[in-house]
Amino acid sequence: MRSRPRWLRFSNAGVSRTSPVKPGASPAGEPRWLVPFVLACLFLLCALPLISLVKAGFAGLASGNSIGVLTEPATYAAIRNTLLTATGGMVISVVIGALFAFAVALTDIRGKLFLSFAFMLPMMIPPQVTALAWVEMTGPASPLLKTLGIAPPLGSPQPLYSLFGISLLLGVQHAPLVFLALKAGLSASPRDGVEAARLSGASPFRVFLDIVAPLAAPGLIAGAAIAFVSGVGNFGIPAILGIPAGITVLPTLIYTRLASFGSGTFGEIALLSSLIAAIAAMGLILQQRALSGKDYRIIGLSGANAAFSLGRFRVLVELGLAAILFLVLVAPFAALIASSLVPAYGVPLTWQTVSLRAYEEILFRQTMTLSAFGNSLFLASSAALGLLVVAAPTAYLMNRRKGVLAGTLGILIEIPYALPGIVLAVAFILTFAAPLPLLNVSLYGTIWIILIAYFSSFLAVSLKPVMSAFLQMDPSLEEAARLSGAGFFRRMRDVILPLVAPAAGASIILVFLIAANELTVSALLWSAGTQTLGVAIFNLDDSGSSDLASALSVLVVIMVMALMAALETLANYLPEGVLPWRN
Amino acid sequence: MAQLILNHLTKDFGGGRPAVSNVSLTVREGGFLALLGPSGCGKTTVLRMIAGFEQPTDGSIDYGERRLSDASRALPPEKRNMAMVFQSYALWPHMTVAENVGYPLKVRGISGETWRRKVGEALALVKLTDYAERRPAALSGGQRQRVALARCLVTSPDVVLLDEPLANLDQHLRKSMEETFRIFHERSGATMVYVTHDQSEAMALATDVAVMSEGRLVQLAAPADIYARPEGTVVGGLIGRGSILKVPVAEHAPRVLGWPQLREVIGSAPAGLHRDVLVRPEHVRPDAEGIALEVKACVYEGERFALTLALPDGQALKAYGDTAIPVGQKANFAIASAWRL
Repeated sequence: MRSRPRWLRFSNAGVSRTSPVKPGASPAGEPRWLVPFVLACLFLLCALPLISLVKAGFAGLASGNSIGVLTEPATYAAIRNTLLTATGGMVISVVIGALFAFAVALTDIRGKLFLSFAFMLPMMIPPQVTALAWVEMTGPASPLLKTLGIAPPLGSPQPLYSLFGISLLLGVQHAPLVFLALKAGLSASPRDGVEAARLSGASPFRVFLDIVAPLAAPGLIAGAAIAFVSGVGNFGIPAILGIPAGITVLPTLIYTRLASFGSGTFGEIALLSSLIAAIAAMGLILQQRALSGKDYRIIGLSGANAAFSLGRFRVLVELGLAAILFLVLVAPFAALIASSLVPAYGVPLTWQTVSLRAYEEILFRQTMTLSAFGNSLFLASSAALGLLVVAAPTAYLMNRRKGVLAGTLGILIEIPYALPGIVLAVAFILTFAAPLPLLNVSLYGTIWIILIAYFSSFLAVSLKPVMSAFLQMDPSLEEAARLSGAGFFRRMRDVILPLVAPAAGASIILVFLIAANELTVSALLWSAGTQTLGVAIFNLDDSGSSDLASALSVLVVIMVMALMAALETLANYLPEGVLPWRN
Repeated sequence: MAQLILNHLTKDFGGGRPAVSNVSLTVREGGFLALLGPSGCGKTTVLRMIAGFEQPTDGSIDYGERRLSDASRALPPEKRNMAMVFQSYALWPHMTVAENVGYPLKVRGISGETWRRKVGEALALVKLTDYAERRPAALSGGQRQRVALARCLVTSPDVVLLDEPLANLDQHLRKSMEETFRIFHERSGATMVYVTHDQSEAMALATDVAVMSEGRLVQLAAPADIYARPEGTVVGGLIGRGSILKVPVAEHAPRVLGWPQLREVIGSAPAGLHRDVLVRPEHVRPDAEGIALEVKACVYEGERFALTLALPDGQALKAYGDTAIPVGQKANFAIASAWRL
């Protein structure tokens, strides 16, 4: 007989030491604190803000102090404007996004990776920067148009300061969301399905109509719904375009109400954010109804597409897509760069007048921009790293456990994902306005309230890459390590973490990228000394320093592109679907 | 001395019928048990309960004197001194072949020269010495399988579990891997439990075959026994080829039926209770004294012809022939022996 190592002993004396488990439960083998830890984090980040919002809303209704806000004409106008701009933006997003998705997913055009990467940029660039760039591109004061000599005469109105302008920019900003959802849906029309239809005698156009379009419908509907909900909650674009023109939408209404603080303010903003949440929920319910009965599971092979050869039209389509990219991406940012290089507002840009004064000003002189850089870097890196501590165990539990626990975690995570950022920000104001119990310190007005709100807002962003890494990992890899004798921390260190490391890296960069440029949440939560980059750009533009705002925006866009390029170099080590611009 | 004992083992995931229901069996030390059954019969759940990945809802698993699992507690997999070959092989892609094989040793605190020697021995046994520094991604399916096997060898586990290890390999590789498993079993002396839905694999490798169906253990016997004396239509239909005929035989008739008894009841159709009788094709022989049966199909299989015959009452009977018989023709056949299920 082979001698048995000591650690194998499992005598009756040893039995009593092992933890009793509920009959039928799987021996999970993770430390006991893991489940309570994850549940506590998710409750704090997901459930608590929603509870505070609902509580404050009811309190506002009950006290009668705030109920007046619901009957004010300004509120009706804001609801109307919100619905109009969000719907208009959705239509524009669907048109542009669908065009790119069909071209990239189904045809044989060249340079797909470049097109996808460039098309994703508007989503990664913060909305206030997009709005600023477009303002600098059009309008009578545009340095670019002045330099080219095609600027409209002084005194003519800025065409983007209108409901149409807001809709157009919301459309451009959220078109990548439609693109992504539709591209995911198009992978459900695999090459063999299209080829079978061709062999059945259908022309390419018939195939598109009969096979591709029905399979793409769920993706299109989902994309349209996301674009609508994002439009309802967007703050940066209506703030820059709407406030000068006196056009108010719900998010900007909340912002102005909070600025003119009064006795009923908390109740009012709670009610107004509930309105936003209700409109967003309405959009999602419409999506559910439109999607019902359209659940086409992928059968057989998938992934291989490029089923339609465009022949002579290929060059035309390529040129068309390039023209759209030029219009929505290159031209606005050329205008932004031009504005950042003029020596003073209104001076035309020539080789003689080019000046780096604005950059000098924001990088070396203005303490406000410097502290904004510091704050945003601190917030973004803390959120990116800190969220991983929550996201990794959550993703692990959701993949390893089935049943009630996984279901509860799934619902908790959905809450901040479905709520627009502005609603979340209001919820955090309401949660932390009063001093913390026991400690008697107030987080309100400090940088910490922004950090906690970021944790909540970007949990879904952080979770997704890690979650897909776990989903794509064969569970038997961990089981084999267990049978090899490795305990929880041992197999985490030797097997799990090395395998999810690239996805964790992507998660850190993605959260950093989005958090560093964030405006919606910090616009409501900042106070003196805690302004972020997004707030700094908004305030500079608001106070008429469009040259400084442009220079800061140029730096932000460069940072966005650098971080996206960093992600691209990681691409080969990442699970599929983490980088949105990759197939 | 140390047997693996499953005692009234039950696993209910809470969705209607239990996945495993009341399975009791004993694998003697050094035995090679094949768990055989169609997909969804619960065989993999049994294997995962032995490994410790699932906990039984009722019943228990013991190894010798030690209680491994019951409904109230379970020894975690990492403390069972077992090893497993997974269907997907479960090789860690970020480690080299040698690191994969040596990981169980590393966890046990073995390093340096001992580690190198043991890993070298295990790799030599599966003929992969030259591949030690490669990554699993650079190996073929058969080579990956052998790495997984070497990882099982390296710590001399008490029990080795194999979960459909040949399912992802082609026919040619399967035969050579079966041979490797047999050698592995002889050398290691470990108790082995092998899950498969392929009865020929089970028959070729195992010392005992346990047939499962719908979560229950239907029969446990040595391969030759289970082939000759299957219990019930499930086992009769699953093991080997054969035809299950409905034949009127007396309740207390012997289990083995000869041609004289069969001749009386086949063809004529007397009233009475019909029972299931298994006829192996190799027991159906051309015989001038037999009864004339029509040939319904005749398929060339290389070494012989597979015939489908029709009994007078229309039931189908499988047989082998040395020569082709045209479909539709009648020929005389006799059934040398049959087994009442």
